[in-house]
Amino acid sequence: MTPWINRQRSLADYTLAALGRRKGKTFALVAVYALVVFVVASAMLFATALTREADLVLAEAPELTVQHVKMGRHEMIDGAEITKIAGLRGVSSVEGRLWGYFYDATSGANYTFQVPSDPALVPGPGEAIVGEGVQRARRATWEGAPLFLSRFTGDMVKFEVARTLGAESALVSSDLVLLNEADFRAFFDLPDGVWTDLAVSIRNPREIDTVIDKASRLMPDARFVTRDEIRRTYQKLFSWREGLMIALASAAVLAFAIFAADKASGLSADEAREIGILKAIGWDTRDVISMKLWEGALVSLGAFLIGTLGAYVHVFGFGAGLIAPVLKGWSVIYPDFRLAPLVDGMQIATLFLLTVLPYTAATLVPIWRAASADPDQVMR
Amino acid sequence: MIFQAPILALLLVAGLASGVALWSAGFGWVVLRRWDIASGTGRQLGLERTTELVSTLFGLVMLAELAALLLFVYNADRMASLFVGAMCAVGTLNVNGWGFPALYLKIAVFFAAALWLMLDRADRLGRDYPLARVKYAGLVLIAPLVVADFGVELTYFLGLETDVITSCCSKLFTPVNDGLAAEMTGLAPGAALWLLAGGGAFVAVTGGLTLGTGRGHGWLALAGAAMFAVSLAAIVSVISLYVYDHPNHHCPFCLLQREHGYYGYALYLPLFAGTAFALGAGLTSAFHRVPSLAGALPAMTRRLVALALWGFALFGLATIWAIWSSQLILFG
Repeated sequence: MTPWINRQRSLADYTLAALGRRKGKTFALVAVYALVVFVVASAMLFATALTREADLVLAEAPELTVQHVKMGRHEMIDGAEITKIAGLRGVSSVEGRLWGYFYDATSGANYTFQVPSDPALVPGPGEAIVGEGVQRARRATWEGAPLFLSRFTGDMVKFEVARTLGAESALVSSDLVLLNEADFRAFFDLPDGVWTDLAVSIRNPREIDTVIDKASRLMPDARFVTRDEIRRTYQKLFSWREGLMIALASAAVLAFAIFAADKASGLSADEAREIGILKAIGWDTRDVISMKLWEGALVSLGAFLIGTLGAYVHVFGFGAGLIAPVLKGWSVIYPDFRLAPLVDGMQIATLFLLTVLPYTAATLVPIWRAASADPDQVMR
Repeated sequence: MIFQAPILALLLVAGLASGVALWSAGFGWVVLRRWDIASGTGRQLGLERTTELVSTLFGLVMLAELAALLLFVYNADRMASLFVGAMCAVGTLNVNGWGFPALYLKIAVFFAAALWLMLDRADRLGRDYPLARVKYAGLVLIAPLVVADFGVELTYFLGLETDVITSCCSKLFTPVNDGLAAEMTGLAPGAALWLLAGGGAFVAVTGGLTLGTGRGHGWLALAGAAMFAVSLAAIVSVISLYVYDHPNHHCPFCLLQREHGYYGYALYLPLFAGTAFALGAGLTSAFHRVPSLAGALPAMTRRLVALALWGFALFGLATIWAIWSSQLILFG
């Protein structure tokens, strides 16, 4: 192995020196290349981090959600259904949930109203707990600024803000307004005994299908949504957006491959003379190809590292400001959240194949053409 | 189709590889018909020059194909959560009828690519293109495989529908079914371990003899191929049980999951590498008598034998560790 390693080391050594002699050209190539890697890597890292974030959020969701459907539309569900489902074997608990949306004309934003299931989060009468995005949208001047809501012209309801939920839960709580049950029913004019939907906990996840089967016989007009279905939908959504961005970026990759091929075919007089001299002093075509492959590998490695590191900082340090609107969607109240850094081997391998392979393939033919030419021909 | 980055990367590799393979096969055909190293004509010189390009380009896409096999399997496992009923890569590959054919073709391309790369390396040891005809005959044979791989993979990915209910590994790897998977599952654990030990001994003896005498590489290649088959059967029949600590979970794909410490990679990577090196040693040994290779090729073959033995030894160690560290008691 030693002669082989020595040969490669010498080639790498020579190539680094040669790249150093053409600083301007090398820098331009690496910069454009790194930019292409940066775009693709940002899309991949951001979509994967969002999927993971959704997974973490959904881990707290109930195994099964039951909704009443009438004429294909979601309707309030009768509280009597709770006892029906709770009686099914395998169901550990059923809880009626109250939640809804409210459009606040003054801020132009939609809030999610909810009665929390956690007793520690239930506010007192006339009070509300709000997400950080709600206060942001209302341009509240201080944290405890009361919440004034108007349901129709001439109406005004006031809630004291008991506290604001922190940024650590912003992904799920940014647009949230938590009320107690009595205030919620009064605000939306809801009768007692009806719920938005039912959250069903099932002891053994393998029994979910059986529970749905039994429950659907008891409630033929209900819709059953499992946690896995929601998770799958999020995964599909994010991976679709990621794929779309990468497909669009592939135009940039293609353009870059053409640019790189063009750069590699148009040898400068210095490079041509260099190859001519190398061949004249005894290098053969294989040696020149190896040297040029080393050049490509070093440029690729540099650009890949710079592009990937840049994407990492962009996504996890700056919240992917350049691509976030495309991948995560848009809303007046958008949660202001930090993504947990997450990179795995598959992402790196995929990124490598998507960016380095086209570059290498595009530059091989020009490399070979330069390497196989006669010394006098390239020097002339 | 599911629009995902790994799928796009896999299709890029397969598409590029099939384009290069088709073009290279066309050139290979010309080499087979016109190659004459004794000739000094412009055409022969042109062929000699182009052979450098074809070798490098085809070698590059074959290297990418080796990586693509890993990515294909890892991605299949990762996508399992998208399909109702899928627990691991088996469910993803079962979503339509093209998943497993795509995997088998990828494995075939992996071994073909590995053998071709070793042949190419051997050819580069001689100054007079000693294996040009053999290498390009091999390339012409591999090209249809690479194109088929792309076609089947594309069909598989285009047909991936997430509303399909697929079946999980427990339905496939059960002794009550018909087919090879069921046969492997039904193999008694004791018999599988004896077969594995026999295969390992066969490899060790042939490998040792080959290193000692410089002969018998064909036997090592045969032993390597047999060891590969026996090892896959043993993984399904018994090794997986030890990794999962479960007497009835035979899936060879769940081994690749994080819950099981990605243990499958510790088994499959050395097994595939060892097999490829053993087959490669058998192949390159056939050219030891070529005059321009007589000096350097035996040394290369010797290295391949050593690498093959390392591969199988690492696989053996991973197997022993799986049994040693398991809480499962299958015997006694």
